[in-house]
Amino acid sequence: MFSLGYLLQQTMNGVVLGCIYALLALGMTVVYGILRLINFAHGALITLGAFFTYFILVRLGIPLVATIFLVLGFGGLMGLVLDIVAYRKLRGGPEVALLITSLGFYTFIENFMKMVVSPQPYAFKAPSYLTTIFRTSFLTFRTIDLFIIGASIAIMWCFHLFIKKTKMGIAMRAIAENLEVASIMGIEINRVISVAFVLGSALAAFTGFMWGAKYGQISYDMGFLTGVKAFVAVVVGGVGSVPGAMVGGVILGLAEILSTAFLPTYFSEYRDGIVFAILILVLLVRPSGIMGVKEEVRV
Amino acid sequence: MRKINKFPELWFLVGGLILLVGVFLADHLLNRYLVHILILMGIYSITTVSLNLTNGYTGLFSLGHAAFMAIGAYTSTLLAFPIALREAYELPLLPSFLGGPEYSWPFFPALVAGGLLASIAALLIGAPVLRLRGHYLSVASLGFMVIVTTFAKTLRGITRGSMGINAIPSYTNIYWTYLWLFISVYVVWRIVNSRFGRAMLAIREDETAAQALGIYPMKYKLLSFAVGAFFAGVAGGLYAHFTKAIRPFEFSFFLTFQIVTMLIIGGMGTTSGPIVGAASLIALRYALKPVEEGLQIYGLIELIYATLLIVIMLWKPEGIMGKRHSRMS
Repeated sequence: MFSLGYLLQQTMNGVVLGCIYALLALGMTVVYGILRLINFAHGALITLGAFFTYFILVRLGIPLVATIFLVLGFGGLMGLVLDIVAYRKLRGGPEVALLITSLGFYTFIENFMKMVVSPQPYAFKAPSYLTTIFRTSFLTFRTIDLFIIGASIAIMWCFHLFIKKTKMGIAMRAIAENLEVASIMGIEINRVISVAFVLGSALAAFTGFMWGAKYGQISYDMGFLTGVKAFVAVVVGGVGSVPGAMVGGVILGLAEILSTAFLPTYFSEYRDGIVFAILILVLLVRPSGIMGVKEEVRV
Repeated sequence: MRKINKFPELWFLVGGLILLVGVFLADHLLNRYLVHILILMGIYSITTVSLNLTNGYTGLFSLGHAAFMAIGAYTSTLLAFPIALREAYELPLLPSFLGGPEYSWPFFPALVAGGLLASIAALLIGAPVLRLRGHYLSVASLGFMVIVTTFAKTLRGITRGSMGINAIPSYTNIYWTYLWLFISVYVVWRIVNSRFGRAMLAIREDETAAQALGIYPMKYKLLSFAVGAFFAGVAGGLYAHFTKAIRPFEFSFFLTFQIVTMLIIGGMGTTSGPIVGAASLIALRYALKPVEEGLQIYGLIELIYATLLIVIMLWKPEGIMGKRHSRMS
């Protein structure tokens, strides 16, 4: 039963899920690094992105390339709206106010979706070119798996370059390091934070599309656990660290899939629990995460 | 000093007597539907008061209250379930160290046991997480909620899985509920107005400064988290013996979200805020229920709760009962 092919197959499933977590974690870690905000609304963007692609790709049949750009734009726009409507007003206040507001936005969007699209899950029938099956002696996979892995690697690489090389990326790191000093240096804080929200939300909406195409089912509450798990990935990888978010995401995806694949079937019901057990374990053993630096204490 | 301390206790005594009279009148004069709503208000008030200790006074943002309620609900139900009905409802008999198969617990100790188990769970989850700064507790306690509901679903031999437990005897009445509300308000008030409470407030305002003054934050954080969990557990037990049926999915994120919303709207870190918040939101829910059912738009109440939360956060973050106080940065 546990042959090499099975191991490879499950590893690949884990990597695909891990890529999705990693993309979500990227957006979360940048926002957390700057604002110390666990953005629960990030999860809602997954749901919104998934339904957005469902309506334009599956219902209207808009070509894939156009869909990708539209969903990225849609997610970015939503992120910008959330930032301008709410988060900007709360900056400078207690950190917990941001957290509570994001919780409110998550619940708002979830129930809005529940009212608009019905509480029943939708079947996401991806176009046939995304679901073509390839069989090799060890692995069976579909185009969408390759697409997710390829797109994720490309996005992560671009994101890495963006953070390291561009002026905006350097400004983000500066703000994450010290908001006040960055502001004194003439960085427009609000603009940079908006960009962080836009990028993160665009990626979250995009992962909603990936999730739908890969798992074939979308529902109004799909984003909640996925979003929270993405934050677990952030903590596992190391808060505020961009490579850490990627590593954390992949580790979490692999742990989730491999634990269900190799433990007796009785344990498969504990799948969601395992992720949070990992969180508590990491917080116990290495609170700064795999790639994180120990957070200094500021008064 | 003693003289100042005596007066508020006297007020609690007077308030308790007035409450008793009020509850007695409500029980005899109001119809069953209104009493039902009053009991629900009481139960939610207990949870909100207890969440206030953790989230409001100590500044830890826990999102695991539904999990503690679940622990309390299941524990007290399993302890107090009548022996005669256990077989019919596929519930296990008590093991010998809990009194043996011939015994089922009275209501009050069963509630306390549920609360204590919830506190022990809070200590276990708090020990690794509360050492850290930042809002790790929010995510870890949310994760804890997922773990608890997973266990409630999978331990079929004890909890009957997703079917839940039905036919729970309805021990909860308006007197029990308001007795526990009174106890929880008194305990929280007593903690907050003591050395412990001042340490908690200091941690909320500035943990580093508190440490510099010789306060060991971990001790106070754990205490407030565990006491909060105790009353959440008790409220869970009351809830189970009130609705007469519990299922794992009831103790979900939305339950936590409701309690958090009640606390925020009432005002975090105030004595009366949690009760005002809980009572007004329950009233709102029952006022909106006919609308939701009439228009067949499910999710409307949640949507309104979320909108209220956002509006309060943006324009009156101190809540209805809160006073705006200037913070030093």
